[in-house]
Amino acid sequence: MSLLRTQNLAAFYGDFQALFDINVSVEEGETVAIIGANGAGKTTFLRAVAGALATAPDTVLFDGQPIGDKTAHEIVRLGIAMVPEGRRLFPSLSVEENLLLGTHSERAGPWNLKRVYELFPRLRELRRLPAPSLSGGQQQMAALGRALMSNPRLLLCDELSLGLAPVVIRDIYQCLGAITAEGTTVVLVEQDISRALDASVRFYCFQEGRLALNAPTKNFDHAALTAAYFGL
Amino acid sequence: MEWVNTIIQGILLGGIYALFAIGLSLSFGIMRLVNIAHGDLIVLSAYVALIVGQNTGLDPISSLVIVAPVMFALGYALQRGLLNSTLSGGLLPPLLVTFGISVIIQNGLLQGFGAYTHRLQEGAIETASVQLPGGISVGVYPLMVFAVAVCAIASLQILFYSTRLGRAFRAVSDDADTAELMGIDNRKLYAVALGIAMIFTAIAGILFAIRANFDPAAGPIRLILAFEAVIIGGLGSIWGTLLGGVVLGVSQAVGAALSPTWQILAGHIAFLIILIVRPNGLFPRTRD
Amino acid sequence: MESVRVERGTRASRIFAILAVPALAALVTLPWWGGAGDMRLIAEMAYFLALAQLWNLLAGYAGLVSVGQQAYVGLGAYALFYLTGVLNMNVYLALMIAGPFAGLISIPVSFAVFRLRGAYFAVGTWVVAEVFALSASLIGVLGGGSGLSLTPAILRQVSPDRATRDTILYLMTLAVSVLVFAIAYLLLRSRHGLALTAIRDSEPASASLGVNTFRAKFIIYIVTAACTGLVGGLIFLQKLRLSPEAGFSVNDWTVVVIFMVVIGGIGTIEGPFIGMLVFIVLRELFADYGTIYLMLMGAIAIAVMLKAPSGIWGWVIQRYDLQLFPVGRRLALGAGPVTTGPYSGQPEMEQL
Repeated sequence: MSLLRTQNLAAFYGDFQALFDINVSVEEGETVAIIGANGAGKTTFLRAVAGALATAPDTVLFDGQPIGDKTAHEIVRLGIAMVPEGRRLFPSLSVEENLLLGTHSERAGPWNLKRVYELFPRLRELRRLPAPSLSGGQQQMAALGRALMSNPRLLLCDELSLGLAPVVIRDIYQCLGAITAEGTTVVLVEQDISRALDASVRFYCFQEGRLALNAPTKNFDHAALTAAYFGL
Repeated sequence: MEWVNTIIQGILLGGIYALFAIGLSLSFGIMRLVNIAHGDLIVLSAYVALIVGQNTGLDPISSLVIVAPVMFALGYALQRGLLNSTLSGGLLPPLLVTFGISVIIQNGLLQGFGAYTHRLQEGAIETASVQLPGGISVGVYPLMVFAVAVCAIASLQILFYSTRLGRAFRAVSDDADTAELMGIDNRKLYAVALGIAMIFTAIAGILFAIRANFDPAAGPIRLILAFEAVIIGGLGSIWGTLLGGVVLGVSQAVGAALSPTWQILAGHIAFLIILIVRPNGLFPRTRD
Repeated sequence: MESVRVERGTRASRIFAILAVPALAALVTLPWWGGAGDMRLIAEMAYFLALAQLWNLLAGYAGLVSVGQQAYVGLGAYALFYLTGVLNMNVYLALMIAGPFAGLISIPVSFAVFRLRGAYFAVGTWVVAEVFALSASLIGVLGGGSGLSLTPAILRQVSPDRATRDTILYLMTLAVSVLVFAIAYLLLRSRHGLALTAIRDSEPASASLGVNTFRAKFIIYIVTAACTGLVGGLIFLQKLRLSPEAGFSVNDWTVVVIFMVVIGGIGTIEGPFIGMLVFIVLRELFADYGTIYLMLMGAIAIAVMLKAPSGIWGWVIQRYDLQLFPVGRRLALGAGPVTTGPYSGQPEMEQL
């Protein structure tokens, strides 16, 4: 049984339909990438899974359980954590307080402050500073750490590379490798296609709210991907 | 020396205004909710204390052990039951729903207690005074109220910056969506926030009602005074609330020294001036 | 290509206009077939309707949620009482000045309160009203805390005979109410009304299209203040006694008015009328139970806000696409009108 499965997932912002009939499945332990142009619905998809967007109950199944209509905080407690697009650290809180926020879901597991600081040593030095004073890359690490603190089974990463220098992106993806090595399942939304495909075993390509292509990343067909990405 | 006396009286007066303001400041800071019923809830606390006193013989300050939990429960229920649904609708729903609650409380009290004024009796402390150097006489009660205000604000500082709950409050105040994504149950948190605000409201209500007459219609002016203190101090700043209360109190004291009937008006005018010159208050922190 | 016309009316509105004529005729002739009590009640309904239309214009269309309109009720009343009582001006002349006086005062007030937004604007306007009330109570020539009364001499200027006086005051109130209604309706039908609706729906968007949002809101604020002042003068001309507490009462002139508009349907022209009827009916039904009717109004307003924010008439519009006072424009192709979707005048207040 897949850890995460969506069936005919549709999502709306008011009257506007952002997702049509999305069928995605993710096995436990896998890293799956979601790519597509701006406005393709990638972030909407993650928000729907995370519960920030209401959907029909059966359209999102986590470990076989329908979670489509659950609230975001209930879903975090079930074991799904989100690293939001743009980091979204809490500006009034220090780095360490931001990390501790992750514990409000009260899930047990291997991740705690000590382990997060081992993964991101730079954060330990900066831990008492207010979150906004960190650089982009450091904030991304903090956001990742914050999500890890809830000991998720499934980690949703939205645009980890957004606004970051290539060197920094490389560091972050290396850390991601360490995370997945623990057995955490990851769904990755990325604009940086090569990064996304390097880090994942399978990928889905979204185009204007619809699934255009899904394939294993090994030996994928570039032409097919380009066609799917741009809707040709 | 007269002016020193006036300023001191004004500062102490600021204590009760700061206490009025705390509940309003909390609900605005955490939920962006301006609670029009706030003043009426202060008055309601006084009436609850009145009933508790009549039925248990407890003096008003001691009756807080019953009044505070009652008001906490009321605040929790109000937020959970009514106000949480208004938060996403823009400006009008929270304003109008709390307006409705205000009218219901005022008229409910009127129906239940009549239009008579009451006062809570605490005893000798109401009139005791101490002598300060320079021949200035200061009432023990206003001094105590000011001390309570300072302790209240200090306790909020501890709550917000040294506790897990406080951390959650600050996170939700920053970014409610993301807080929810971190596993925080916003609706419950808001309810707890209003409950805590109600505890301070109960304290304010009882302390105020010992010192002044109250009747069912006493709510709106308390709301305005609380509002003025919050705005003068600057939104989102805990100590700003105390400062706002003090500025308001001093303005009123100065006005009263010129002529007793000018007291409240002087406060309003000071408020309007500050509003025009520094719309964000003296120490703003909350992003609007 | 078919010709396209812009239509202003709806069938329902035309039917309503036909029905309204006899109703209005009945009201106008009331002094001759009804009693003094009836006239007082209808006059009261008329001035509440006027106040409600004005608040609706301010809050429902211009997005200015003021909790301080009682300032202008009091200002208009005090102008009337001062001019007639202290300066011995003719009562009709004084009444004509009361409105513009309130409008004039609203100009500096607007400079202060327009700096505020949302809930701060609301409470700010309330504080301004309190300042006026307190100031009035401190000014000796205005009667201080106890206020002023209209002398019999002043009343005789309206008419020496009591019955005629009642009739004149009643008809004046009716006329002012209809006038306010007409002003509101015509304003909203005009270009300015279209601008206001655009501002209400989205201020940034309408500003980007070149709508002078500040000026539109400013004009509305002044105009409603002046009209409110006129109504205030009329109200207290009939009450005969004015005190700061009564003239600037937030409960009497603002709370119930807001409830009326919200329950009836904010942002619609028909809404205030329905809300006013709800208020009067509740008050008369529960007259023997003290102020329970106010608690009911409050509870209904809460329920409306939570369940049906566009009020009773807003619900009707959504259900039946009914408009008795159409302010929108519909495209008519060729022979007959094609509905291009209802003008559903529901305000989406700025997210603040």
